Amino acid sequence: MLTVANLSKRFGGVHAVQDVSFTIPRGCVYSVIGPNGAGKTTLFNLISGLYTPTSGTIGFEGREIGGAAPDQLARRGMSRTFQNLQICRNLSAIDNVMVGAHLTLNSSMFAGMLRWPGLSRADRACRERAAALMERVGCGAFVKADAAAMPYGALKRLEIARALASEPKILFLDEPAAGLNHTETHGIQTLVADLARSGLTVVVVEHDMKLVMSVSDRILVLNYGRRLAEGTPGEIRENPEVIAAYLGADAEED
Amino acid sequence: MTHHPDQSLPGSRQSSILGSILGRSDARRTGAGRVVGLAALAAVVALLPLLLPNAFYFDVAIRIAILAVNGIALNLLMGYTGQISLGHAGFFGLGAYGSAVLTTHFGWTPLPALLAAAGLTAVIAWGVARVILRLRGHYLAMATLGLGIIISIVLGNEAAWTGGPDGMPVDGFSLFGLTLSGERQWYWVFGGLLIGTVVLAQNLIDSPAGRALQALHGSETAASVAGIDVGRRKIAVFVLSATVSAMLGSLSAHYSGYINPGIAGFLQSVELVIIVVLGGMASIYGSIFGAVVMGLLPQILAGYEGWDSVLFGVILVVTMIFLPRGVVPSLATRLRSARLAGKGGAAC
Repeated sequence: MLTVANLSKRFGGVHAVQDVSFTIPRGCVYSVIGPNGAGKTTLFNLISGLYTPTSGTIGFEGREIGGAAPDQLARRGMSRTFQNLQICRNLSAIDNVMVGAHLTLNSSMFAGMLRWPGLSRADRACRERAAALMERVGCGAFVKADAAAMPYGALKRLEIARALASEPKILFLDEPAAGLNHTETHGIQTLVADLARSGLTVVVVEHDMKLVMSVSDRILVLNYGRRLAEGTPGEIRENPEVIAAYLGADAEED
Repeated sequence: MTHHPDQSLPGSRQSSILGSILGRSDARRTGAGRVVGLAALAAVVALLPLLLPNAFYFDVAIRIAILAVNGIALNLLMGYTGQISLGHAGFFGLGAYGSAVLTTHFGWTPLPALLAAAGLTAVIAWGVARVILRLRGHYLAMATLGLGIIISIVLGNEAAWTGGPDGMPVDGFSLFGLTLSGERQWYWVFGGLLIGTVVLAQNLIDSPAGRALQALHGSETAASVAGIDVGRRKIAVFVLSATVSAMLGSLSAHYSGYINPGIAGFLQSVELVIIVVLGGMASIYGSIFGAVVMGLLPQILAGYEGWDSVLFGVILVVTMIFLPRGVVPSLATRLRSARLAGKGGAAC
């Protein structure tokens, strides 16, 4: 579904991502792990169009998307959440989710000003769907809340609801469990598994190994911007290079 | 579109500094609340003439309506979409002078002149927006400030067409042989215009397009990932806002019968910003409130020539310190929490 080949991104002299290649099959949960600064978020930003690749290609459903703007990628069925939350705090919680459904609605300014026939009805239906989505991801208690008044854990779920509102084919979750406690992390784990069962392709960047190992079909390990390993959770767990990168070189020698 | 969401770029500083004054939206207004607000406004507009003793007061009411429509236009850009403009009176001036020049020098009738001036302003706003809306925060403020000043200087220098700093007379507004005359007739034009603007603006704000504008104000990154073409939306709302101001400028030029470059000047632009900030960012009725205050102040301070500008500055500073969200949104929040507290008390 998504094929990344020889992808590189340089910031001045820093090689944030270097010559990374991998393929994400349709309908699987694909995780990207690696120590801090390994280039995981940069990789996400490259694929989701926030950064332009220095070199390399990104193919999505057989078409090259490297350098395409995020809003164009959204039209192709790509959506994501953010490690550092990108919530519209000037809107209510449910409006944030409805923003995610932007492409499914008539968003012409003239139609809006003139209350084009059907516009209000479509918007009401969208509001109901948004409420159902909030319920589904587990922040249904905040349907009537202002986004600015929501706690951190609920905002992480709100971002997932917004991403789902665009009815994506592929969903990128950037550290969905970061900053969450044990119970909340478990909730996210259940949610990711639930989304995967619905047929959605989910790509996860995450530090919580328990979550990664339990939900992933395949795992990509990055270190210093390079691909260190790729494989099933079982293969990754046994890989000596991965163990060395996480525990230090001594572990390899022992 | 390659900014790092993790890092604090110059643009994202806008959220900390301007963010404190760019208030929360009142998007969750219920349909019923909307109708009540609109009915109240219509009632005031309809009944006000009974209280106005003479033409002078009608003139004050008309000037307030003009300020209110202009404030709402700017609020769409500034309060809802979060793009500051310190040169908005320039577009008002373009519309006014467009109509004046076309009717005076070319013998056009007022309506085609108004439409042509609005169209020309829209094209200029579009061309400018494509360039300057790449800027954010303070840089956008500076660019729009410069734009407004350039427009008022051009209007002042092209004396052959505009009469220069002395200004020029403008004919009355006539349509199909009928000419609008007197403050009382014009009152209904501007009163109707105000109500119409409120309806259209609220429709827009409550629509998916309005939500997209507010979303890109909240987070451009989130908006673009949701499929919103942030650049195109910013340009569209800038052009809309400028065009409304231009049409308003045309009408008010015909109404006042005389215009000078001052109407496009920096002080007028600042006055509009004060209306938006004082009344409340992202609040339609806030802009009307701001317009009432700014329209009445010069009358109250009539004996103290020049001090009104000083007071405008004081109002802006005091509002930003004590009511950063503006008067109307702050009051609305206070009312809502008071009502909730009342309900809580009843439940106990």
